[in-house]
Formats: sequence, structure tokens, C-alpha cells
Amino acid sequence: MTVDVNAPYRQRVSQALQDDSLRTALDRATARLSERRAEAVAAIDSARLRDEARAIRQSAIEDLPRLLEQLESNLIGNGCAVHWARDAAEATSIVLEIARRNEVLHVVKSKSMVTEEIGLNEALEENGIEVVETDLGEYIIQLANEPPSHIIAPVIHKRVEDISELFHRELGMPPTDDPAEMCGAARGILRAEFLRADIGISGCNFAIAETGTICVITNEGNGRMVTSMPRVYVAVAGIEKVVSTAEEAILLWQAASRNATGQDVSVYFSMSSGPRHPGHADGPEEMHVVLLDNGRSRMLERAYGDAALCIRCGACINVCPVYREIGGHAYGRTPYNGPIGAVITPLLADDPTTVRDLPFASSLCGACRDVCPVKIDLPRLLLDLRSDMTTQGASPKLERMAIRAYARSMERPACYRLLQRLARLVGQLPLRLPFMKDWTRTRDLPPLASKSFLETWGEE
Amino acid sequence: MLSNVDRPRAALFVTCMVDTLYPHVGKAAQQLLEYYGASVVIPEAQTCCGQPAFNAGYRNEARKVARHFLDVFWPAVQKGDVEAIVAPSGSCVAMVRVFYDVLFSDKADELDAQRARDLQPVTYELTQYLVDVLGVEQTAARFSGKLTYHPCCHLLRELHVDEQPRRLLSGSKGLESVTLPGADDCCGFGGLFAVKNAELSTAMGRRKVANVEASGADAVVMNDVSCMTHINGLLERGGHSCRAIHIAEVLTARQGKDHGKSVSR
Repeated sequence: MTVDVNAPYRQRVSQALQDDSLRTALDRATARLSERRAEAVAAIDSARLRDEARAIRQSAIEDLPRLLEQLESNLIGNGCAVHWARDAAEATSIVLEIARRNEVLHVVKSKSMVTEEIGLNEALEENGIEVVETDLGEYIIQLANEPPSHIIAPVIHKRVEDISELFHRELGMPPTDDPAEMCGAARGILRAEFLRADIGISGCNFAIAETGTICVITNEGNGRMVTSMPRVYVAVAGIEKVVSTAEEAILLWQAASRNATGQDVSVYFSMSSGPRHPGHADGPEEMHVVLLDNGRSRMLERAYGDAALCIRCGACINVCPVYREIGGHAYGRTPYNGPIGAVITPLLADDPTTVRDLPFASSLCGACRDVCPVKIDLPRLLLDLRSDMTTQGASPKLERMAIRAYARSMERPACYRLLQRLARLVGQLPLRLPFMKDWTRTRDLPPLASKSFLETWGEE
Repeated sequence: MLSNVDRPRAALFVTCMVDTLYPHVGKAAQQLLEYYGASVVIPEAQTCCGQPAFNAGYRNEARKVARHFLDVFWPAVQKGDVEAIVAPSGSCVAMVRVFYDVLFSDKADELDAQRARDLQPVTYELTQYLVDVLGVEQTAARFSGKLTYHPCCHLLRELHVDEQPRRLLSGSKGLESVTLPGADDCCGFGGLFAVKNAELSTAMGRRKVANVEASGADAVVMNDVSCMTHINGLLERGGHSCRAIHIAEVLTARQGKDHGKSVSR
């Protein structure tokens, strides 16, 4: 990994842009995912699926308090323990407490961005607990000691050849260019981990209120192993994940699958409705559900509710011309990147100005909005966030002055004309403005016309 | 010939960038409108739509500029001097049609919001107006070389105008078009994005330029001079012979002899 997620924004972007193998990896994967998605949505009445998916998510968000209460009571009725966490610290201490009580030493995890959001792995490891990621992509980046760089394809930043090298180095495996061979090696190792683990931890794609069920989408079956093999199962769910009925969850599963990977549905859809009951052949002895806020209610209160509709399919990321150039690590220490990440990372942050560059990391081309299965108007949310940032004074002083000067001259035609003439008199005045150097370093700039259109027209 | 009374009347919003950097594009737009039957009014007090400030997050500043736009164009439409406002830019028209709603969403701005709503349905991008209102199907344009078309993002995804420019280009017998790979990908301009994220913007632009090269076109046609400036800036710096040109220049170009002159610098 050449991008240091802890470096300042500009540096991260620069590092990413200088990495040719990163570009190759991103080009291959985003193109493949986008093409598959395009085929999968073309095969069905995708307009209808979008309308239905959006309606389901919207009604869930509008009815959030009631649905969460219903979810809680049904989970408890099913024998689960339900924990409410206001923030990352509360959530991690809840999980740690469960681990401590059960004298846990080994944890297996199914891929989950929400646990990345709260830094759960670090918290567990600091407390002497071994954590093994069991999604192949997550397993690879854990071996490489890197954070995920895409919400559904965490290892998208690596080429097959990079992974082969990593497996050779870390697992002593002979170099190979066959992904299946590497997958087989990982599977062998993970099988033992599943058997050894005391706790399985997953995120949650959908939480069904009417049945008290946690749903996890995977393609590798590791989700089912994590949720059923260890003695204790802990699901961490953002409070916005709740839906009313099983039918709704299944429709969203289809929407997520088609838009994420171009599948009709993912290979596995693991539904967990509580611990093993007497007479059950398998399942965990304990099931815990941690319902996490961590900025989500604030996001809903602040007219950014649309961002909470997201079903984390990653389609917006795969079509994003910015993400395709820089990848996920350039977005910094957040598991959420691409257009949706540039929106929710500042919304979930306690101090949004610490990630003030993210809403500006977009050309507002709108490709993301066109593919979103729940029709989130991402460019609009980015624009709103930009406005928030500048209102909070999180913009460079010089830029603020320049924009004020621009507005003042544009609302006075005489002033605008005078500026045009002045610029011509001084020659290439625009070139001398400090921020224009950022333009001219790589691009030519056309000369000012000797007469503006309006001047010429006025003379005729 | 229609008498002046019967002609559709359009106010040309030339846009600040065309006015300052590319007056010939404004002239070409005016000629096209007049040639295809509109009578053109050019309000002298016009400046900018406010988009640069809006996109950068400065809504107060953007509102000031947008109010000036409304002050200039709203009375002309209201009094019936013109039936339409036409601009040779997809993004400036998107600013008026789409983003003025956002800009004037506060209760305190209701009067401006109403003025904006009055103008929105009658504000057109040039090719949108030529095809949808004036019914132009083909032009007498000629170009001595191969063209390819780059759909600018706001035109394509905010205004959903794509068929109109493509129809004008393909319907004109004197033009030869080739396909642009990755045509719908953003060129990386994005207003202040191009300087705030200069390195990133350049990387996106270079990808566009590589695709233009791969298309084998002699010129890449588009409807916004902002994207054109960006793509030309990279083409020129990179020593490419291909140029980005505004669609109004192409549609007014005749017999090939204008080619060298009318292609944006």
C-alpha cells in the first residue's frame, strides 16, 4: 500500500496518483464491476426496483423509532441480548465486555464496514484478543496490515500479482497467478479458525423488525460460519439498517446484489434470529446485537436523511471517476469512500471539519446518482456539505476572498466589464493569481479575447 | 421568411466564460439562433449565473450573482419581450433550471424562488433549443476532419440533453463522426475542483484526452466551454494536434475553410 491513510488529504491523493499498479488494479476491478452491474440492471425492470427499494428505505427511516423498538423486542423475544451504543467507544466496550465475560481469546469476523467504522479490531487486539477476518478480501488486507479500500471489495486496490506476492511472503505459498489456488490456501487456514473461534462477529445488511432477524450478505459462506459456528455471535448494526418486513429485506438483498456485483442475488444470505434453542442442531449459544448510532441520528436530524437510505452496494464507487483515479485509501481513515463515503464520513464525524476535503473530492459529474439503487442524490448532498463547510469557515481565506470579489463584480455589470478590461491591460492577469498556478502546472490557459462578446455586440 | 413578429424570440445568455474567453462561440450561437429562425435579444447587463460560487459551497455569494441574473432576464420574459433564454452551456443552464431551487430554498428567498421558477421552463441549452423549440434536424455544417462528441456532465445528467446535440452532429451531412471511448466519463473540470484538486483533475482529464486520441478524431465537440478549456489545456500542453471545440463553432463552420480559424485557438 503506497497511500498512507493518516497523511493529509493532498498527500494521500498524490501518493495514490503516483501508484501505477494501484491504477491498474482499480481500472480492472471498477470496470468489471460496473459492466456486470449494468448487465444485471438491464436484465430487469430496474426503474421499478429502484422505486421500490427507495420506498422501503424511506419508510423505514421515517418510522425509525417504532421499527427499532419492534426490532429490539422481537430480538429479545428470540433470545438475543440487545445493546444500544451511542458512539464507537460505547460499542467497542460492549463487545469487549461480552468477550471478557466469555473469556474469549479468538474472534472470527465476517466483512463489516461498521466494525471498521468503530475500530473494533484494534480495540479487541489491544485487549489481547486475536481477530481473524474470514472474507477473502478482508483476510488478504489483514495479512497485509491494511484497511479496506472499498465497501464491498476491500482488496480492490491490489492486483492478483500483488496478492500472490503477499501470500508468498506471509504464508510461504509458492507464487501463483491463479486466484483459485490462493483462495484454496486461505480457505484451509480459515477453516481451522472457524473451529477455534469463541466469538463470531458480523455487521448487518438488514435488520428485520417484525421477526427480529439480522441479515448478512456474503458470497463465500463465511458469514454463515461466523454467525453459527462459534459459541457466541455478536452482530453490530447501524440503527439505519432496520426494515419492517422479511419481504422488504429480500427485495433490498436483490437490489444490493445486482448493483454491487451484478448477481441476481448473492450466493449466501444468512439470516440469524437468535441463539440455538433446545433441540436445535447448531447455532450459537448466545447472540448479541449491538445497535449503533455513532452520528446517525444527527445525520437524520440535519436534513441529510437521504444518506441514511444507503444499502452499501458500492455501485456509486465503481462508476466514480474520482475513485477510479485514487482508490479508497486516499479518502483517509474511513471505511466509507467514493461518493457515498465523501458524504457519510463528514456526516458521521464528530467534527466534520477534520474531513473537510472529502465533499470537495468530486467533480459533481452525477454518475453516482444515476446508478444508486435507492436514488440518493449524492451530488446534491455533496453540495450541501460544501455549503456547511464554508459556512463553518473551513475554507481557505484566499479562496473566500476570491469568491467574494467574484460575486461583487458579477452583480455589477460595470464592475465586471472593468475587470475584463483591466485583466487585458495587465496581460495574462489570471495566470498571476496564486490558485491559477494549480491550473497552469499541467494545463495551458487560453488568452483573454481582445474584445469580449458583449463589447463587440455593443459596438455593432 | 418569417416576419420579426412571428419569429420566436430568445434572449441569449452568453455566459461569463464565453463572453470573456470565447466571444466567437457567442457569435456562433447568435448566428445559429438567427439562421434557424429566432430573433435574438442580448441583454447587456448580463454577467454570470453564480455557479462557480455555488459549486464551491458559497451560497450567499452565489445568491447575489443569481439575483443579478434574475434581475436581468426575468423582466424580459415577464414582459413578453422574449419567450426563451438560451445559453451555449449545459452547466450554466443546469444552474438555473436545477440548482436555483436549492439556492433559493429558504422562505426568505421566496420571491427569488418564484422568479427562478418562472424562468426555469424557458431556459434552454443551445442545442436543446435548436432541436426542441426551433425543430432543427440538420445543419449545413462542414468540417474537414473526423469529429467525436463528449457529453458534458451537467448537460447529460442534470438536463438529460444528449440526443439533441448528437442528432445535430449526425444529421449534418458535412460532418464525419467517430465514437469516443468512455464518452460519458467526466473530463475532470468540475469548476473550482480543477484548481482545488488540480492533480486529480489532471489525471481525470488525461484519461479523457487518451480516449480522444484513441478515437482517432481530429476534434472533440462539446457543449460547454469550461470542459473545453480543460481538455484543450491538456491537449495543448501534451502537444496533441487534436482540439476540443464548442458545438456552436462546428455547426456554423462551412466548407471546411473556416476550420482552422474557428477552432478554439
